[in-house]
Amino acid sequence: MTQAAQNIGTAGAGQATAGQVTPGMALLLQFRTLVALALVIGIFAVLAPNFLTLANALIMLKHIAIIAILAIGMTFVILTGGIDLSVGSVAGLAGMVAGALILNGLPLTALGYVIYPSVPLVVGMVLVLGVGLGLFNGLLVTRFQVAPFIATLGTLYIARGAAMLMSDGATFPNLVGSADLGNLGFGWLGAGRMLGVPVPVWILAGLAAAAAWVAGATTFGRRVYAVGGSERAALLSGVRVPRIKYAVYAISGGMAALVGMLVASDLVAAHPASGESFELSAIAAVVLGGTSLAGGRGTIGGTLIGACVIGVLGDGMVMVGISEFWQMVIKGAVIIAAVVLDRLQERLG
Amino acid sequence: MRPLMRAAGVVKRYGAVTALHGVDFDLMPGEVHVLIGENGAGKSTLMRILAGIESPTEGALYLDEAPVRLNGVRDAAARGIGMVHQELNLCPNLSVAENIFLCGTGAEKGGVLNRAHERELAARVLARLRQNIDPDRRVDTLSIGEQQIVEIAKALAEDCRVLILDEPTSALSEAEVEVLFEVIADLKAAGVGLVYISHRLEELLRVGDRITVMRDGQVVARTDVAQASVAWIVEQMLGEEGRLARAPAKADDGPVVLELSGIARRRDRVSAALEGVDLTARAGTILCLYGLLGSGRTELLEVAFGARRADAGQVRLAGQDITALPLDRRVERGLLFVSEDRKAQGIFANLDVGQNISLSDLARMARRGVIAPAQEAGVVQRMIARLGVKTASAASPITALSGGNQQKALIGRALLPGPVALLLDEPTRGIDVGARAEIFATIRQLAADGLAVVFTSSDVQEALAIADRIVVMSRGQITLDAPADACDEGALYTAANRANPGVAA
Repeated sequence: MTQAAQNIGTAGAGQATAGQVTPGMALLLQFRTLVALALVIGIFAVLAPNFLTLANALIMLKHIAIIAILAIGMTFVILTGGIDLSVGSVAGLAGMVAGALILNGLPLTALGYVIYPSVPLVVGMVLVLGVGLGLFNGLLVTRFQVAPFIATLGTLYIARGAAMLMSDGATFPNLVGSADLGNLGFGWLGAGRMLGVPVPVWILAGLAAAAAWVAGATTFGRRVYAVGGSERAALLSGVRVPRIKYAVYAISGGMAALVGMLVASDLVAAHPASGESFELSAIAAVVLGGTSLAGGRGTIGGTLIGACVIGVLGDGMVMVGISEFWQMVIKGAVIIAAVVLDRLQERLG
Repeated sequence: MRPLMRAAGVVKRYGAVTALHGVDFDLMPGEVHVLIGENGAGKSTLMRILAGIESPTEGALYLDEAPVRLNGVRDAAARGIGMVHQELNLCPNLSVAENIFLCGTGAEKGGVLNRAHERELAARVLARLRQNIDPDRRVDTLSIGEQQIVEIAKALAEDCRVLILDEPTSALSEAEVEVLFEVIADLKAAGVGLVYISHRLEELLRVGDRITVMRDGQVVARTDVAQASVAWIVEQMLGEEGRLARAPAKADDGPVVLELSGIARRRDRVSAALEGVDLTARAGTILCLYGLLGSGRTELLEVAFGARRADAGQVRLAGQDITALPLDRRVERGLLFVSEDRKAQGIFANLDVGQNISLSDLARMARRGVIAPAQEAGVVQRMIARLGVKTASAASPITALSGGNQQKALIGRALLPGPVALLLDEPTRGIDVGARAEIFATIRQLAADGLAVVFTSSDVQEALAIADRIVVMSRGQITLDAPADACDEGALYTAANRANPGVAA
């Protein structure tokens, strides 16, 4: 078996059978995302004096974690040939729900009192919400045959609207909890450190390892690739295609909810507009990582590298003092260049 | 009278393969010239050359006895050559008039459409065909027969004098065929020359004036239709040397595995109707479902497998009613299927050979959802050896394999869960002769192992060569159901062409 899914670092699963290109060129093409990452790091190392310090690396990794966790969920969805535009809004709504649970608790109107769930319980409840919204996307895509782009666009609006409705657009501030209510510690999730490394980076490491393993070593992972390769053939081989689709959207929804909590926790505040356009960064990371939007080809490792490129590029440009507007232009150019190279490799391969 | 169009000494080579070895063909004004031959005889290639889709490697084309080079379909259309493909090429979301003038009426000013003008011209063409179709109707609201007429109208709107019809009746009902024949008669009267390709022998004896039989890239016979008969055509098409050796058919007496009764479904845009079909497949027997395109054979197989819904009828597997079960539950019970469309419905181009094979039975190679690589590799390796799949390794991309070896890998995938019945839709489509023999050997071995094998075919020789029992379908009904020993080519052709089945023998 080639174990395409475990080929971390080979963005895209293409076998480098060089046609007229030299072997060196082919290798460069195959590892282009890694090359791009090295280039980006090299450039900013020269331009920004503090760039290569450990402290800065840890901060950047924390930012990368936010994109990468979303992108991991997105990778599963895109591998099946779908797309999930709702992740940014779901993250925003998840942060708001977490904030509300910590600040205001869970009012049990019928009984006339309010429960304040502990932080682990809050995290669990919000994750369930995210998975639920993912399942809703899955329902639309499978049962009602709505195109994933449209289904998740609808969910994007609904979740964002719901987040705004929760506070009438206001921020839930100061989410530290209180010892009396037994819900201290929410801030640790996003801002805490273990062994000097930010907690979100640990979470990313764990999730990435788990996702790469699921994609490469489990029956579920194989079926995800099969559905993306040929949905009809998968169906005729007895694969329960709808189940696979429900699962990938649920994973993506769960990841989005987690990211929403990480952001709210880091800021110790939940803002209903938080997570806006995160879906675009996540999709960009996945595509940069060599995953085909047509489905069936791509790796978690590639996605991680893609997220690193996006993250490092963003932070580096800020450090160098490039204007926000130019940052957008440059990011766009990098994404287009990545996809053009992808096409090129496919033709040569 | 001089011919409208003529081809002289046409040779067509694709790399090392020669599809046409110096073919002569001519078409008179007001004539229906029938072109017939088995699959791969070269008639499609000849027709594509006449229509300007491909150009000949050697030889020449003449229009009105003047030599001509056709540079593509647009050029051919401009010179009055039109073609109606077997698969309709209409945009279902556009109106009849918009489809007829998809490339414009030629009277647009600055790219601006003149809808009134289009509509008027469309109405005129349809009137010439004596068809009462509203030019404003959306094409997807038309019946298949009406859509066929629109295709012809499209060709006529370009003032075509040569019209090539490729299996025009394969999707039509009997009433629609009658309408088409009236249209053809009108076109003949107007001096249009028609090249008519069909496998339906009785039909082409009715509609044709002259007939050309092709075999192995050559014209083997040509005569006036008045002098031809079904038996003569079959004889010419198959020749002597081309016959496949027939293996002795086994007695069809194993226990019943798969039983279909009263399967019925309505025809839709893309698929044929089934009109109360009964079918029984027994363990250890190879059953061939023979029929022409549009006869309903693929639809029947898909209904049996659960890949297509029927309006009525019952499917039983090993005595149990599985009509209500979804496809994946049928797979679990040992009913497996291999599609005729390898590329779109068979292979996973993104997975390697081994992963393509193992997909149908992953659960058995995994513990708690985690694949055991050694176990998977072992199972895959055994299957590759058992079916003789020629591949460098299990890790090679499936797309690197020949069609025949891809097919073997797909059969391997279907065998992995240990089926009791195997449904193969045109298993030899697009496969070369050598690989075909190997697929046959595989099928025989599977039946010997006790499987009930059902396969579809549009090749009489193939049906006779390996089936134990042959069921012929025509227009959604079974017209013949007999042991292979009791059948010959003529009987199969006749049954496949029969419009009103009598008592199934």
